[in-house]
Amino acid sequence: MRFLAALFLLMGTPAEAAPLKVVASFSILGDIVHQIAGDHAEVTVLVGPNGDAHTFDPSPADAAKLAGAALVVSNGLGLDGWLDRLSASAGYAGPRVVASQGTTPRTMVEGENPKPITDPHAWQDARNGLLYALNITAALVKADPANAADYERHMQAYGMTLAMLDKTIREKIAAIPKAKRRVITSHDAFGYFGAAYGVTFLAPEGLSTDQEASAGGVARLIDQIRRENIRAIFIETMADPRLIQTIASETGVEMGGALYSDALSPPGGPAACYLCMFENNVPKLVAAMAKN
Amino acid sequence: MGLYHSLIEPFVAYGFMRRALAASLALALGCGPIGVLLVLRRMSLMGDAMSHAILPGAAIAFLLAGLSLPAMAFGGLIAGLCVALLAGLVSRATQLKEDASLAGFYLTSLALGVLIVSARGSNVDLLHVLFGTILSVDGPALALVAAISSLTLLTLAVIWRPLIAECFDPGFLRAVGGGGSAYHIIFLALVVLNLVAGFQSLGTLMAVGMMMLPAAAARLWARDVWSMMLVAVAIAFGSGLIGLLASYNFNTASGPSIILTAGLAYLGSIALGGNGGLLPRYFPRPHYHTLPPEPAE
Repeated sequence: MRFLAALFLLMGTPAEAAPLKVVASFSILGDIVHQIAGDHAEVTVLVGPNGDAHTFDPSPADAAKLAGAALVVSNGLGLDGWLDRLSASAGYAGPRVVASQGTTPRTMVEGENPKPITDPHAWQDARNGLLYALNITAALVKADPANAADYERHMQAYGMTLAMLDKTIREKIAAIPKAKRRVITSHDAFGYFGAAYGVTFLAPEGLSTDQEASAGGVARLIDQIRRENIRAIFIETMADPRLIQTIASETGVEMGGALYSDALSPPGGPAACYLCMFENNVPKLVAAMAKN
Repeated sequence: MGLYHSLIEPFVAYGFMRRALAASLALALGCGPIGVLLVLRRMSLMGDAMSHAILPGAAIAFLLAGLSLPAMAFGGLIAGLCVALLAGLVSRATQLKEDASLAGFYLTSLALGVLIVSARGSNVDLLHVLFGTILSVDGPALALVAAISSLTLLTLAVIWRPLIAECFDPGFLRAVGGGGSAYHIIFLALVVLNLVAGFQSLGTLMAVGMMMLPAAAARLWARDVWSMMLVAVAIAFGSGLIGLLASYNFNTASGPSIILTAGLAYLGSIALGGNGGLLPRYFPRPHYHTLPPEPAE
């Protein structure tokens, strides 16, 4: 013990002040950890803002980040399966918390494959966000009992804010008649949001992000917009912005703007935190659905 | 799935299909004649080289102004002309021949262009520059393409005689005191302009296909320069029409569909072309002593 104290003295840092090194798999988890831990943890995010956690390809530098960590936070539900391989190759044997523990998983259909897979985007339901925060708090308390009181205090405040947010989202969406709550979007991440808040999300027909556009595809999407009479369109990840212009002028529909679903924006952007993400998305969705 | 439904309705029901068709007509009118001249001057690969050379200019414009067609067209024009002129200068001033110096410059230019685009934008942006989409041609873009093909046709009409003389007998043109290199430069400018026109609709990689494939095919049908140009325009526009319909009915990517249709026309011409195609050349009809007349098509 005396030896350890001496070691810490040698390192020039008092033991209490050394922040807990936490690694989170992607930006939204990173923000929740930061909200709960405050200054007690140094949060490193493997898939940063605007990054895609589905297709992440870890580099040796990421393995190095993991090696020095005291706690690793993953989403689970198949989003960050690469974390297992990364932990093994980095030789990380410390605690891991799966933030989505206790949520009710949904399934989704991805692309042309008709077989449903587990939908990993559970955080799009703010009540699930509360579960995420509770799981993370429990893990932080276990990893760093000395600061348990602070973590629990932060959790209480954050939990209140999340509950408020959930209520606000419900109120805002309730203002739109049920029949109008329909959105066409290229994001496949809103399954939980739709189920929680009563909005129907339709995928755009004919177009996909990983395919060069065809005339037939563009025509099918235009038909869909006309047939469903939907004016709430959020397609921005699609391959070509010029094509969206074409579809907009053809149907007289304006695109609803940028939604954040899988990752946060960089600091200073419109969705730099988990709560800000809802504060960005919900008004845009509501404004667009009002035009339906 | 009647004929009307698959062949006519797409153009009646969707404005973007009509604009795409109009754009292919404008492109065909400009690129056809230019391509024929390139083929006749044995500069077929020049078009390819120039289409790569315009990338850094377009890329710099993309950095400054985003995906704006006029800006990118202007940047591409400057870059293409610079490469063409530099290659010409180097071939005169050094040991290198024009093809080698052109290859050197366009490869450097291409690498520079890719570097500039990836410096700010993502790979997706780069793809937007490399592959245009004829489905997203809007009013201003259409006006630009139409203006370029009108200018091309007018310019060709004005410099027709010296240009043709320079194609077939540069020595003669020099002997009668014509400024051969001036026409050469005007012609190069037209090549670059037409590649720039194809930029929005087909992208830098494919634009040159609309120029060379119909022209090479036309060479196998027609004997005169003017009729060769007419055939090239017809093949180019036909490829645009058929390619668009294929893209509509079979959900294939539009740009490659158009160029592949032109490629099929080229292959068909190699096999059947009345003016030196395989079949007429090796299996001539017995009662003809001269080459058969041009088919009505």
